[in-house]
Amino acid sequence: MEEIASGIWQALKLIGSLDPEVRRIALFSLQVSGLALLLAAAAAIPYGIWLAFSRFPGRRVLIGLTYSGMAFPTVVVGLIVFLLLSQQGPFGILGWLFTPWAIIVAQFIIAFPVIASLTMSAILAINPGMRLQLRSLGATRTQATLALLGEARVSMVIALAAAFGRVVTEVGAVIIVGGNIAGNTRVLTTAIVLETRKGEFAAAIALGLILLLISFTINIIATRLQGRALAR
Amino acid sequence: MARIPGNINRPRVRGLALLALLASFATLLAATVCFQGAERSLVLTTTTSTYDSGLLDHIIPPFEKEHSAHVRVISVGTGQALAIAARGDADVVLVHAPSLELQFVEEGNGVDRTYVMYNDFVVLGPPNDPAQASGLANATEAFRRIAATGSKFASRGDASGTHVKETEMWAEAGVESVEAEDWYLSLGQGMGGTLTTANELGAYTLTDRGTFLARKELNLVIVAEGDQRLFNPYHVIMVNPDKYIQVQSELADAFIQFLVSPDTQQRIADFRKDEFGLSLFNPVHLGEMP
Repeated sequence: MEEIASGIWQALKLIGSLDPEVRRIALFSLQVSGLALLLAAAAAIPYGIWLAFSRFPGRRVLIGLTYSGMAFPTVVVGLIVFLLLSQQGPFGILGWLFTPWAIIVAQFIIAFPVIASLTMSAILAINPGMRLQLRSLGATRTQATLALLGEARVSMVIALAAAFGRVVTEVGAVIIVGGNIAGNTRVLTTAIVLETRKGEFAAAIALGLILLLISFTINIIATRLQGRALAR
Repeated sequence: MARIPGNINRPRVRGLALLALLASFATLLAATVCFQGAERSLVLTTTTSTYDSGLLDHIIPPFEKEHSAHVRVISVGTGQALAIAARGDADVVLVHAPSLELQFVEEGNGVDRTYVMYNDFVVLGPPNDPAQASGLANATEAFRRIAATGSKFASRGDASGTHVKETEMWAEAGVESVEAEDWYLSLGQGMGGTLTTANELGAYTLTDRGTFLARKELNLVIVAEGDQRLFNPYHVIMVNPDKYIQVQSELADAFIQFLVSPDTQQRIADFRKDEFGLSLFNPVHLGEMP
């Protein structure tokens, strides 16, 4: 107990003094996961919309696969991305292994099914007649889709928050494909693993507190948005 | 009731703000990545003992300055370090498992294997020493006693240099299929995690001396040390550039020369010596003419 208390105290001092290394790692985590989320959203939102509206044989299977993608073990994503990006793998020529891009690829794959599934269910939850109504009022396809997205915006923000929370707290895949290289591919989670391994518990707690702060903040934003939507 | 599209309200503004925030992160990141890409870099896979102890951070900066290159250190067990290198995903390795190293070189994966430094392994156990393994003539006997009394033993279990040495010690002690024993705990963790676990469980374990010295809070004592069998040499090996053309052979060669240079060897000898009263790693080329 004493260890935890003194650890937290030292951790607060580390955060309070704005230790440059701690700050850099925290910022880098946000950058990498932010970019991964942005790219995943750019691909997964259109895919989710398409899945919601389209009708074709095998659609149910595809929906099932997309949903179960949310439960795909992240460490297996890490292993697959490692093998793909390795010099021995098909994308070795890119030279992305053990660089921030490898982390972004892994986090993209982890975030994609979360955003796609939640987008699809958000769209499907809206009155199915709305799109038809809009079209008959003279809206183009794009205008109608945008209007639907506007209607589903709260669910969309929650989808993004859920995906971001999942990628920013992920450790197994990131350590395999990034290699936890200081000043290069070290993010909050892998730094916590390293500091714990070294027995530097105060530093580990400091990084842990920052990670908690990030994921709490995101969840609070999402919950508040949801609350406001329900209150309407 | 559908709201008219384009009607501005607060949640939408917030959503846009969030997006704008993410976009700015992305730009920052792109800038960071581009900046780093401009520099030459050398990928070094190594063991947790050299990196977690702080040795590499202590000796590498002059090399990075001299060659305007960035050394990207990936610290894992020796097994994984060699496996990554054998796929051509590293330029140079610094490890401590002679049998695995020789195999790596024989298979054509590595060249220029160079002896850099050594330290030693020690056998640790709880202070009450239930196996009565301390004060024996040699380390092999200590392993035999641990097995005979069925005392808990925490193993790295991760194909690291330390794990390889431990396996050799069991074989020498004539203890067979140790992994099947219920007192044998194969953890699959790094040295730090293994020490923490052994400490919590009051188990025996094998560790390199440096990692043990750096952990002052442990309630474990040395039960065997100083045996020739516990000798722990570290070698640096360049990944074979004839097999993998992308290997930065020039830079890797410079790195090997740097490690055995008098200045670096002195820095290795001095590393944390004041703190512990002895060197954590002993250079082998010190005193040689450059």
